[in-house]
Amino acid sequence: MTRKRLLLTVLHRLAVLAYVAFALFPLFWLLKVSVTPTSLLYTEGIRMWPSRASIEHYVFVLTHSSFPTFFLNSTIVSASTAVIVTLVASLAGYAMSRFIFRGKYWIIGLLLLTQMFPLVMLIAPMFKMLSPLGLTNSLSGLIVVYVAFNVPFATFLMQSFFDGIPKDLEEAAMIDGATRFTAFRQIILPLTLPGIAATLGFVFTAAWSELLFALMLISDNRATTFPVGLLSFVSKFSVDFGQMMAAGVLALIPACLFFLLIQRYLVQGLTAGAVKG
Amino acid sequence: MTLYNSVAPPAGDRRTAMQKIAAALEPWLYSAPVLILIVAIMLVPLALGVSYAFRDIRLLNPFSGGFVGLAHFRELAADSAFRGALVNTLWWTFSSVILQFLFGLILALLLNRPFRGRALAQALCFLPWAVPSFLSGLDWAWMFNPVVGPIPHWLTALGLMAEPSNILADPDVAMWGPIAANVWWGIPFFAITMLAALQAIPKDLYEAAEIDGAGPVERFRSITVPFLAPTMAISILLRTVWIANFADLIIVMTNGGPADRTQIVASYIFTQAFRRLDFGYASAIALVLLVLLLAYSMLIVALRQTMMSRQ
Amino acid sequence: MASITIQSVSKSFGAVSVLRDIDLSIADGEFVVLVGPSGCGKSTLLRMIAGLEDITGGEIRIDGRRVNEVAPKDRDIAMVFQSYALYPHMSVADNMSYSLRLRKTAKERIAEAVRAAAGKLGLDPLLERRPRALSGGQRQRVAMGRAIVRHPKAFLFDEPLSNLDARLREQMRAEIKRLHKAIGATSVYVTHDQIEAMTLADRIVAMHGGIIQQVGDPLDLYDRPANLFVAGFIGSPAMNFIDGACRGGAVEPHDGSRIPLPAGLKAAEGQAVTVGVRPEHVRIVGAAEPGSHTARVDLVEPTGFGTIVHVRLLGEDLKIYTLDRAAARVGGPLHIMLDGERLHVFDRETTQRLG
Repeated sequence: MTRKRLLLTVLHRLAVLAYVAFALFPLFWLLKVSVTPTSLLYTEGIRMWPSRASIEHYVFVLTHSSFPTFFLNSTIVSASTAVIVTLVASLAGYAMSRFIFRGKYWIIGLLLLTQMFPLVMLIAPMFKMLSPLGLTNSLSGLIVVYVAFNVPFATFLMQSFFDGIPKDLEEAAMIDGATRFTAFRQIILPLTLPGIAATLGFVFTAAWSELLFALMLISDNRATTFPVGLLSFVSKFSVDFGQMMAAGVLALIPACLFFLLIQRYLVQGLTAGAVKG
Repeated sequence: MTLYNSVAPPAGDRRTAMQKIAAALEPWLYSAPVLILIVAIMLVPLALGVSYAFRDIRLLNPFSGGFVGLAHFRELAADSAFRGALVNTLWWTFSSVILQFLFGLILALLLNRPFRGRALAQALCFLPWAVPSFLSGLDWAWMFNPVVGPIPHWLTALGLMAEPSNILADPDVAMWGPIAANVWWGIPFFAITMLAALQAIPKDLYEAAEIDGAGPVERFRSITVPFLAPTMAISILLRTVWIANFADLIIVMTNGGPADRTQIVASYIFTQAFRRLDFGYASAIALVLLVLLLAYSMLIVALRQTMMSRQ
Repeated sequence: MASITIQSVSKSFGAVSVLRDIDLSIADGEFVVLVGPSGCGKSTLLRMIAGLEDITGGEIRIDGRRVNEVAPKDRDIAMVFQSYALYPHMSVADNMSYSLRLRKTAKERIAEAVRAAAGKLGLDPLLERRPRALSGGQRQRVAMGRAIVRHPKAFLFDEPLSNLDARLREQMRAEIKRLHKAIGATSVYVTHDQIEAMTLADRIVAMHGGIIQQVGDPLDLYDRPANLFVAGFIGSPAMNFIDGACRGGAVEPHDGSRIPLPAGLKAAEGQAVTVGVRPEHVRIVGAAEPGSHTARVDLVEPTGFGTIVHVRLLGEDLKIYTLDRAAARVGGPLHIMLDGERLHVFDRETTQRLG
């Protein structure tokens, strides 16, 4: 009995360990390439760690390339998208969670529909629509598009967080003398902070990673975001992989930090929603 | 108590018409920004896109824009590259979803059990999701390269490969490259949703089953699976649609090659629109993909309904 | 403080009618308890007084003012929720002062009101704590404190004690009663627990199926229940019922024995009735005597102070509450007497009380 239990425990830990290794190895490889000096890149290509590690690629990327601009652009786009999406999604999520009204199921259906169709289908018409408005080659155009793309899922996420907050609380606030909106602002929103953090992080990561629309809508180097900048490395004649990976690692840092902070709340939020069914 | 009985009962609601309208509008006010965004940025372009499928729209040709009827679709019917892309899409989508789902479920089950360092293990296992998709594509492409990546050497050592070579360059197996990257990247999505669903299962159900003499396999079959089923169905459905539309990894890792063997419909659309700038043809393909995906979703929903009604 | 008048009020959710034609006036300073089983509409009625549910038909007046169209925040009432609904992100003091802060009351007055309320409820040492650092009883007190700082026109209680354990519930019950005596505020209290209703109320409103069954002071409901529902709901252990037909000034159950009717009760010959007798009013006699019944003891439940004896009589399970521990042994015979003056007689057709 105890031996069997011990064996199971060992197997369980080994399996977890295997998963962690599988999840981390590609990231490790990214890091390894980024610190391998160019002269050793191919000769020591398959060693687990280069005989000499250096930060030369990082220095180059930060001082001699457009990456700081790309980085700044991506930060502006992702942060604005995250803030706007979270704001409007919490309003809509609140309405979905707290009101019973005709049309609610149509809205939910509409939100689900947007998850169904191929976003690539929108590329061509979007380009045609945005260029007369001067929104191609501009960060604001990209923000508008990303906001729309991320709003449906964020609304569902926020709704499940609101569902987890007892209705009694805002009723108590309304009896205490608050309007519905005051109750929303002073009682419900502060309690949804974990949910808001999760949504912010989720949307930030999604906007940070988006490639196709950025590729399509932006051709000007000054408005290029990180993914496009990184990809343009590949299409150049001589690719310096070390620099590319160094840029990649830098791109990874904000997304990973955000994600590590929020992943706990993401599970909580989905659980709260699941409980309420 | 009988004070008012002789009087006609007063009306329950004497608010003015304005007040009633204001009350009915309140939820719509909260939802308005989201609705406006979705209609303006998603539905209008969608409708435009559908119309493009029947028009000749080429970006660099100022004389294009005319109505061409079903010409694009006739061309599509004869397009062998498109047919190849359809088959590839099936491969790509179902092998990615099945593998992501299986590993995601196992990971969720592993993480659902308390142990020291669980929070850390969970954070690390979920980390690939935060990696921008294009970056994971580049990273995996690098790892598949025999000169700078370890995977071909491992495969050779395991006897799966005669000598270290790049699977992305081999038409017969190239598709497994993007699939591997996709599985690595997508496991956390399933793990997170499954873990959330697992944590919502009341613990006393397992205790009751254990007292009733159910073994671990029986408990999994009779409690875990039925409780997870709705979440599984929804997340598999959403994920299938999403992955069928997901072209980033393919574009970054193989660009559809070699010899179009990794070209899926979504990347084919992108190629038509972005590289050939033929928006009309791209929209026609996209419309076909949309119809196929809607048909698939309805099929799944209908299946679920019949399964539910049978229970 | 104020009176509350409820006139012909009805409520339906779509096609489902949950309250029908409710009429009730609550006097200034009165403590009224709405009692009934779950689903009887008592909570809905309370929430309509609070303004949390729309009123489908009829009118509610607080202090003479029609409030149907008035938002909860403008009704000047306070409510204590079953879940307490304390704001988790605010300290006890902030929870209590929230309503005053919303009304832009001066700082000093807020501090004074909170101090006074905290003093009344023994909350002084807890003012800086967050709700999650409080025990169940303490949370309940904070919920009460939040209501009393405001000096509202009326207090509404929605099953405020049902999340507490039995001991604490008893203690808080007494405390609520004491507070009401001290403050004298108009209160409407919803519960499904008839002991709470009996002990707290100036007047009980017994509800069932969306209809008021009886309104009266607690002992009135106990002594003269208006119908079978109230008779069965008020009192613990619950009243015994025996079906029979009236014949010659007595009730004849189907086995042919006779139970004498109370004096002065008018019942038609042959009328189908249900006779009710409270367990504490069944008399145990030492030996068979004229008019007594003999029954076999089925089950004995000692409660400490008294004992509940179950016997089979006339095909029914009859409960007897006795203070004599030695009165019955399982399986043994028991001689019991049903005194006419202690009986309640109801028309079986209409379920209404006769006489």
